Amino acid sequence: MAVTEHPPPPPSPPVDEPELLELWEDAPGIPGFLSTVDHKRIGMRYIYTCFFFFFVAGAMALVMRGQLAKPNADLLGPQLYNELFTMHGVTMIFLFNTPVLAGFGNYLIPLQIGTRDMAFPRMNAFSYWVFLLGGIFMYSSFFVGKIPDGGWFGYTPLVSRTFSPGLNIDFWGLGIVFTGLSTTVGSINFIVTIFKLRAPGMTLNRMPIFVWSMLVFSFMAIFAVPAVTLATGLNELDRLFGTSFFNPALGGSVLLYQHLFWFWGHPEVYILFVPATGMISQIIPTFSGRPLSGYLWVAGALVTVGFISFGVWVHHMFATGLPPVAMAFFSGASLIITIPSGVQFFAWIATMWKGRVRLTTPMLFGVGFLLIFLLGGITGVMVAVLPFDWQVTDSYFVVAHFHYVLNGAVVFPIFGAIYYWMPKMTGRMLSEKLGKLSFWVMFVGFNVTFFPMHILGFLGMPRRIYTYDNGLGWGGLNAMVSIGSAIFGLGTAITLFNWLWSRWRGVPAGDDPWDGDSLEWSTTSPPPHYNFASIPLVASRHPLWDQRPLPFAESGPEEDTSGLGSEGAVARETPVTSGIDTRPEGNLEIPHETYLPFVVALGLAALFVGLLIKAAVVGVVGVGLAVVAVLWWSWRTEEDLT
Amino acid sequence: MRRVRPAALAAVVAASSITLVSCRGHSPSMLDAHGTESQRVSGVWWLMFSLAAVVYVVVAAFIVIAIVRGRGGKREKAQKAPKDDTFIWLGGIVAPVIILAVLAVVTVNTTEALRNPEAGELRIAVVGKRWWWDVTYPDSPGVRTANEIHIPVDRPVDIELTSDNVIHSFWVPELAGKVDTIPGQTNHLRLTATAPGTYRGECAEFCGIQHAHMSFQIIADPPADFDRWLARRTTGAGLTPTSDQAARGELVFTREACAGCHAVRGTQAVAQIGPDLSDFGGRQWIGSLTVPNTPANLEQWIVDPQSVKPGTLMPPTALSAEDIAAVTAYLEGLK
Repeated sequence: MAVTEHPPPPPSPPVDEPELLELWEDAPGIPGFLSTVDHKRIGMRYIYTCFFFFFVAGAMALVMRGQLAKPNADLLGPQLYNELFTMHGVTMIFLFNTPVLAGFGNYLIPLQIGTRDMAFPRMNAFSYWVFLLGGIFMYSSFFVGKIPDGGWFGYTPLVSRTFSPGLNIDFWGLGIVFTGLSTTVGSINFIVTIFKLRAPGMTLNRMPIFVWSMLVFSFMAIFAVPAVTLATGLNELDRLFGTSFFNPALGGSVLLYQHLFWFWGHPEVYILFVPATGMISQIIPTFSGRPLSGYLWVAGALVTVGFISFGVWVHHMFATGLPPVAMAFFSGASLIITIPSGVQFFAWIATMWKGRVRLTTPMLFGVGFLLIFLLGGITGVMVAVLPFDWQVTDSYFVVAHFHYVLNGAVVFPIFGAIYYWMPKMTGRMLSEKLGKLSFWVMFVGFNVTFFPMHILGFLGMPRRIYTYDNGLGWGGLNAMVSIGSAIFGLGTAITLFNWLWSRWRGVPAGDDPWDGDSLEWSTTSPPPHYNFASIPLVASRHPLWDQRPLPFAESGPEEDTSGLGSEGAVARETPVTSGIDTRPEGNLEIPHETYLPFVVALGLAALFVGLLIKAAVVGVVGVGLAVVAVLWWSWRTEEDLT
Repeated sequence: MRRVRPAALAAVVAASSITLVSCRGHSPSMLDAHGTESQRVSGVWWLMFSLAAVVYVVVAAFIVIAIVRGRGGKREKAQKAPKDDTFIWLGGIVAPVIILAVLAVVTVNTTEALRNPEAGELRIAVVGKRWWWDVTYPDSPGVRTANEIHIPVDRPVDIELTSDNVIHSFWVPELAGKVDTIPGQTNHLRLTATAPGTYRGECAEFCGIQHAHMSFQIIADPPADFDRWLARRTTGAGLTPTSDQAARGELVFTREACAGCHAVRGTQAVAQIGPDLSDFGGRQWIGSLTVPNTPANLEQWIVDPQSVKPGTLMPPTALSAEDIAAVTAYLEGLK
């Protein structure tokens, strides 16, 4: 097993052959920007776009907190308040949390498993463009003054044509169907990449936990996203074409919508949470200087969570009048899902217990995560208890609970991941001093914001109200919450500033600034376009700790092994290995840069715009464009192969 | 970790906050329980809170010790620590299973005990509207009110909940948990108030622009008082205008726009689009607890309801100042 004192990491294999770089380089400027298929560029683009949305949604939250800071405030009217809380939720779930994890997965998975790109680089570019255009689609509602206002969850019949006749809801419903495509395509790409492109020797039980977590993320997304596509898609059919899936007057069912929505919605919580814990399972061992305790336990826990999370959706519907026996089943499942989280929790504690903790910024965010998630997990158990949930559901107690989970236990790990991996991505360190300051301000601000919300729930304050009366005694705590939110916002701004500063003045990171154990630290920071001139040969769960120096493969004479060494890099290939024992099986050609993914995404965007404005011509032109581009995409010429 | 936030401290903060804020107004707190269901659930809460406090303190202590102990550089300690597997078994599986088993039993027991039909129930039918509550007493035909629901103390009440528009949720924290009103189905909330009083309720499901002003109250009276209240609503008592101005108000009410949406028992105004106003003068609030029921507020409401509750479905009423005053006098006299 690994020891905690390591010699300096082995030198990267000889690269810098100008020919190799030139072969992989994107075209400069805007053409390269629009046509790149490099997973690292796409991954960073995901992360930056997501953080743009994060700060927009955060700003909305601060405006809402301004309105709620005192009773009967008139900063915002009810319509604007409803629009802001809807877009805050939509943005955080669909345009920040889910895609930012996909962004980290995009960047890190090929590096962590030792390959030169994702399995489907063009689909990868496509999923980013769909996500970006989906975000622009939803936000274009601000420019026409038809901002979605039915809540991020959009319950029918409130979002039916009868009760919400405007385009507001269409921006939301069509936008969700559109961005869902991005998640599904990305997930398929992750699964194939993880199963078929791992470096020789990286058997399943040697994969970094983050890779495991993205594998679980992907399988969950593939099964869950169709449900939300169906829910919002059927609702759009009701709205646009007068079907009556959810109209009780014509035989439809209102509750069917909720079942479909939460069949995605609860797994979605774990879709976000699982990769966040995957990040934590990378950060804690690195800064404890020893391998993760109970690796198999943790990997097993992630897979188990993936399965159980599909059996708990009804706990979002405990007040809908379903039969008590049915609800008791879901209550039980919601209690049981705690156990895999408990296993992970004690694996992290055991890792720190036996290690020697370095409280760097990423680790501080990790510890902050532990203390916050502990409380969010405990209140999660409480809301699983059926009669208690009858009281607290749709109150501020639940707002507190899910922000402890989705903000504390997902955003904190993501900030930790920024501090941990950004040096690899940009080649420059972020300031530790500013990082620690940012952490403490965020940690204090977070708890001052969200802890009092539990009490507000007990005091009877329901969710999603734009104002409240003076005589209800909610004023003091709400003022405290609003002050806390400003502090939290300041904390996130410090990290934004830190990032800007590091791009300008950051200390060069070197290959392995943290003494990490996984393969991404064996290449340069930032890595070359082809990641590895020669593919590393893995013989341990912690190759950089146990295999010194890290061996790299040579190209063999057979076709099976020709892609392993630098010949593979020259040929723009990456080796394909068997799914379980990672035996080399051949090579996957990595396509050149192309505009096609962007064009297909544009065509689809036109389809959704056509549906939105009910202009058949726009939709047909869009579909036509997408079909032509897909045909072109599938058309292989000699030029492609050279 | 330099900063610890034990749950015990949280408990103190929670308790002091509740005391602090209750000085500044009466909150409808679910822990200030005056109903059989809320009392039972409040018991469940305090049990869970005690368990949670212990769990938080113990686990947070583990985290802090785990961070601190390795930092001194005494590496031999690591050898004495239990095996990883043992630690994960005990902390991650055995302890949670015991706690969860307790909670599962509590869940099943509590759920079984609550919301069961009982003999001698008073039936009340409540329909969630945008954004107010329509209330009828099915066993007393003709009795209809809005937003202020009278019930007797110590008698089980079966509230039948439905909606003919969007989904709402009926929540009176001091008495019971919530139940949604859903178009196309009838849900039941069964509760018993254990003490007389006025208990504030809120709509808990987002239902559109005025979700924030869809409050109501349950007024629990001693049985004799309740019976008197109900009996009065089944006769014509209190419906006859007592002054000339009020009589004129009745004429205006029944002949002008008001009667297009509202009803007053015993008159030609029978529309059920807006709230029934037969006992309006006896109500404490206007607009689903938006503003107190005073003649000035009522005039403002009639003339320009949007200025009081933006987005309300009630249109402004174009009447002369005299007519407005007359309608106000009439409505305030209906008790």
